[in-house]
Amino acid sequence: MRVPPYAKYLAKRAIVIGLTLIVAVYITILIANMGGYVDEIIKSDLFFKISTSIRQNPAYKNLPQEQLQQLINDTYYNELKRLGFDKPFIYRSFEYLRRALSLDLGRSLYITSNTGSRFVRTIILERLPVTVLLFTTTNILLFFIGLFGGLFLSRKYGKFIDRFVVSLAPLSSIPGWFYGVFLIIIFASYLHILPYGGIVDAPPPKEPLMYALSVLKHMILPVSSWLIAYTAIGIYVRRTFFLMFSSEDYVEVAKAKGLPDRLIERRYILRPTLPPILTDFSLTLIASWLGAIVTETIFNWQGIGLLFYDAAARFDSPVVVGLVVLYAYLLAITVFILDIIYVIVDPRIRLGVM
Amino acid sequence: MPIKNRIKNALKTIFFYKSALAGIILLLLIIGFALYTVYSYPYEKAVADWRAGEKTWLDNPRYALPEWITLFTGGNPPKTIILSTTMESRNVKKIVVPVSGNMSYIRIDMRFDYNYDDYPSEINIFFNSTFEELNPKIEVEWIKPDGENITLKSIVLNKEDSYYISVDLDTKDLLGQIVKEKLGLNESPYILPERYLFSPLSEDILDPQKVVVLNGEYTLRITGYLYEKNSDIDVKLVVYGKVYGWAGTDNLRRPISIAIMWGTPIALSFGVTAAVTIGLIQMIIAAISAWFGGRVDDLIQRITEVNLILPFFPILLMISTFYKFSIWVLLLVVIALSMFGAGVKSYRALFLQLKEFPYVEAALSYGASNMRIVFRYLIPKILPLIIPGMVLSVADFVFLEAALAVLGLGDPDAPTWGKVINDALRDGALFKGYYYWVLEPASLLVLTAISFALIGFTLEKIFNPRLREM
Repeated sequence: MRVPPYAKYLAKRAIVIGLTLIVAVYITILIANMGGYVDEIIKSDLFFKISTSIRQNPAYKNLPQEQLQQLINDTYYNELKRLGFDKPFIYRSFEYLRRALSLDLGRSLYITSNTGSRFVRTIILERLPVTVLLFTTTNILLFFIGLFGGLFLSRKYGKFIDRFVVSLAPLSSIPGWFYGVFLIIIFASYLHILPYGGIVDAPPPKEPLMYALSVLKHMILPVSSWLIAYTAIGIYVRRTFFLMFSSEDYVEVAKAKGLPDRLIERRYILRPTLPPILTDFSLTLIASWLGAIVTETIFNWQGIGLLFYDAAARFDSPVVVGLVVLYAYLLAITVFILDIIYVIVDPRIRLGVM
Repeated sequence: MPIKNRIKNALKTIFFYKSALAGIILLLLIIGFALYTVYSYPYEKAVADWRAGEKTWLDNPRYALPEWITLFTGGNPPKTIILSTTMESRNVKKIVVPVSGNMSYIRIDMRFDYNYDDYPSEINIFFNSTFEELNPKIEVEWIKPDGENITLKSIVLNKEDSYYISVDLDTKDLLGQIVKEKLGLNESPYILPERYLFSPLSEDILDPQKVVVLNGEYTLRITGYLYEKNSDIDVKLVVYGKVYGWAGTDNLRRPISIAIMWGTPIALSFGVTAAVTIGLIQMIIAAISAWFGGRVDDLIQRITEVNLILPFFPILLMISTFYKFSIWVLLLVVIALSMFGAGVKSYRALFLQLKEFPYVEAALSYGASNMRIVFRYLIPKILPLIIPGMVLSVADFVFLEAALAVLGLGDPDAPTWGKVINDALRDGALFKGYYYWVLEPASLLVLTAISFALIGFTLEKIFNPRLREM
């Protein structure tokens, strides 16, 4: 039976993406555990806990010192064995890898969810909607403003509005969170019309509508800080992109044939630029999922970014690994889906030329 | 075109664009400031001053605004006044008269003119007395220009003693009591000690809107007895102002100017080194990947993809929390983490196109070595296309360092702009309205970023001919 070339291509891609994913997750495990150092912290914590609990236990009060020490050591060793810590780190790192890849995220070391749960899955799922609400919204806004603004400007090339937006592009050299500081000074501290940060008023309003409005009010500053930073550069990049494509030979031919501008734009400019735009869009969406650590810190937005910061700062390796694994999976799946889409739209891959 | 001419032309074009010219002037000013800092204020001294603790800066006001603030707000805010018996001054008089036996009477007068339109932020008196066993006993008097005379407190002095008038509870009660009696009120009001000590005593003193500062000559009089032969007292009066230097002070009374000054060379060298090194390394890796192809290419591309999945900033956070290293080690870590960054992918695409050019084929045919082709034929051709991106990324790295500092994870010693912002945010400067504290480092960060952005965007137009047409 003949295997079609695109199937071979897709299979190869799947293997490559899968291997990349595994290596990335393993490196994350090594880094998040500081090459095994985090284990030492856990071990000494455990030893301290066991020895205090045994020494404070009235039942063992009359035991001589050596026996007490023996008891502590034995309990400690059994506990180590139960947790699997008697084996060297390298061995366990592969066990961590297996669990991470099967999405068995386990329990955190220190961080708890608002409901008090230690399950990494619960902790992440609790924070995720908050981050998606803020950053995915912002990125979708930025994407569409960039796309339509770029298309619009590429038509107005050389006019005042074009030069104006292009001259605003250097705004992007300052990151979004930094504009956030200025916006807080102006609107929260000086004018007192918007909140400093947080997600919702305290205490949260009871009615759903008021609740939504309150959240919306808290979103204004973080969203605008990103819009100020990245709108102009987004439009500028797309505009240049469209301008480059509209100087291709086939566009000139279409113009020479006298096709209407709208049709040229749709069929000869937008269509060939669609795949890279689609790639950009999906990758931006996935990346927005991770939130933004500094922006969330500045605005005290309790999302994934702050969770990542907490976990990294406290060496809560299961949470760090959990976040990276979920992100890596989403990224890998997206990239693979994009590969499939390319097979469909790009005849060169379908026919096995590439 | 020979390289020399190309550079010449490029420079010509740069000056043609006004925005780039503005960027260059701005950058030169910043570089000048950085050089001045490096030569006039040794780094070790700056770090020592920055981390010295409150004792060193005890004579400075807290939260003082920069002096030039009056250009915008007008008015005449007070500067710090320091008088001490150890300094030669006509305004300080110290008389010691023997009374009987070992005992003597001491009187210290400290006179100063106060001609400002706002109250001081604090008033402290520091005592330094010498004695063997018997502590001296003194009384502190305050005499206003209008002649009103208040005995503030009597103190039995320890060897090192201080009297913080602004926060002293006895003084607060005493002043409230005086106002109550003089104005015939039912209960004693709470009056800020500075307001009482620097205003005429009238009904107005109760109303912060109406009360005015009494200008003129004030006297602090300390009288008391020394009970030993070699006993002595030195006194230092500090009337803290509300403005200080050209950058003001922070919550620890430190001059912010230390970090503003040293932040400049640190930010510049960090940003430029990171941007240039990472740009060059990524380019070389991309060139090797594209030229050799095959397994080498595969390996480099896979490493890059793994690196792209790893979240850069959280990993940097983890590593810097763990090691708490200096800014230069941080720089190395940033370079190591970004070596196989997204740039490798896009530069490789450029090299792949270039690889097919006839002149490369010609070089191959006369037997040029791989290294010669990569470093003499491929890289010089691509370099101009990469320089704009490098210049633009300087700002990113400057802000990266600031972001780490804002999260409290920067170099623990270095006085940087991000550190100042972190201190200010932690102290709630935005809630309390100490905007200068955030705005000073922030505006320098903005100026630095903008100067590189203006130059970078112009370079992009110059070096990318396709863009120039647009």
